Amino acid sequence: MVPPCVAFGASPPGGRHQRTGGAGSAVSAGTRWRPVGAAAMLFALAGAWAQEAHAQGARTHGAVPQPVIEMARGGQCVADAAFMRRNHMKLLKHQRDDTLRGGVRTGLYSLKACIGCHASQTTGSVNASSANFCQSCHAYAAVKIDCFECHASHAPSGPVAPAATQGKP
Amino acid sequence: MKPDSTPPAADKPATTPSRRGFLGVAAAGIAGILIAPGIRLIEIAQAAPAAQGLSPGARSTVRWGMLIDSTQCASGCTDCVTACNTENGLSGGTKATDSQWIRKIEIKEIRTGKVQSLPMMCQHCAEPPCVDVCPTGASFKRADGIVLVDKHTCIGCRYCMMACPYKARSFVHEPQHNQKPDVPRGMGTVEACTLCVHKVDRGEQPACVSACSAAGHGAILFGDLNDPHSDISKRVASVATRQIRENLNLDTGVRYVGV
Repeated sequence: MVPPCVAFGASPPGGRHQRTGGAGSAVSAGTRWRPVGAAAMLFALAGAWAQEAHAQGARTHGAVPQPVIEMARGGQCVADAAFMRRNHMKLLKHQRDDTLRGGVRTGLYSLKACIGCHASQTTGSVNASSANFCQSCHAYAAVKIDCFECHASHAPSGPVAPAATQGKP
Repeated sequence: MKPDSTPPAADKPATTPSRRGFLGVAAAGIAGILIAPGIRLIEIAQAAPAAQGLSPGARSTVRWGMLIDSTQCASGCTDCVTACNTENGLSGGTKATDSQWIRKIEIKEIRTGKVQSLPMMCQHCAEPPCVDVCPTGASFKRADGIVLVDKHTCIGCRYCMMACPYKARSFVHEPQHNQKPDVPRGMGTVEACTLCVHKVDRGEQPACVSACSAAGHGAILFGDLNDPHSDISKRVASVATRQIRENLNLDTGVRYVGV
């Protein structure tokens, strides 16, 4: 059986030659790559992501490092993980207008609350290192985050002293 | 003739209501299921504002304003400026490229030589020129009279800076780091005094007001201009106050005594 994560890494979005991340493993990736049918890949994708949700170390299958999803600090998320993965940007965008223009600061989907829960235990941030919560997935999906050009990316209690740089796979 | 024409008329109402009824039930069912994608009633209930004592939102029944007594404002004291910088994460620099949301100015009557010190910031006009000129709608006035910049839509054209008669707005020239969680600031956008909107929404006073009181001057009074029982309304009703550049008819939310 083809491990789902291999299928996941075999054909990253945007083509496997676009990203240079994990250059050391690119050669071995070429030998391990094998063609997988589009339907099979889509089927495996959901399972692969679920497996990776609790992965503690970023592994490299193919040219792109797998996203590392760090454990959150708090208890339950405001919605289930699958829904949040697809819709977090819509929720945030909707609530930002309510908050900024309407002054409603009681909504459920506050960026500040997200960061408060998901900030890394080591860096105190959601995007300071490539393994941090927002950054790991966005790097994988090649989607630039503009939020933190303006918004604080660290937990409201203040940034934790930057730890030694985490080992980049 | 009559008995012939009635049966078709009697048939029609027999079918139409049932179809209508079905559509009505179907529409109600769909509306019941789809409040909004992914949002359940329990979550709406959890987001109830009263639970946390937070403001349910800006209301047009409130008009936040300030009364600045320049006779109490000490020359050389910059506690309000420092408090603003600390609260909002500003650098505190005074170069042309540094953001200054509030600044102390001295005005001098040339004939008599009388010098007056006062803080100058966004006057939170009821008819703000910055809002009129903004090409993207980023510059806006909240229902409670606080004039803000929506940095999500600000393109940094700085037209509002030119329109403002008070030189109250600043452009962020450099990349920002370590912003305050409550005060997002970013390069390429225009910003100004927010009346510490994040604190006001929590029921607190702006940082400059607290700092001025703590310094013992008490020169800045903050409150609801629409509430006749508020301290600021009583004061405005009893003491001669002025708006800066009254001739522009902007109806400023910030008023001054002794200028």
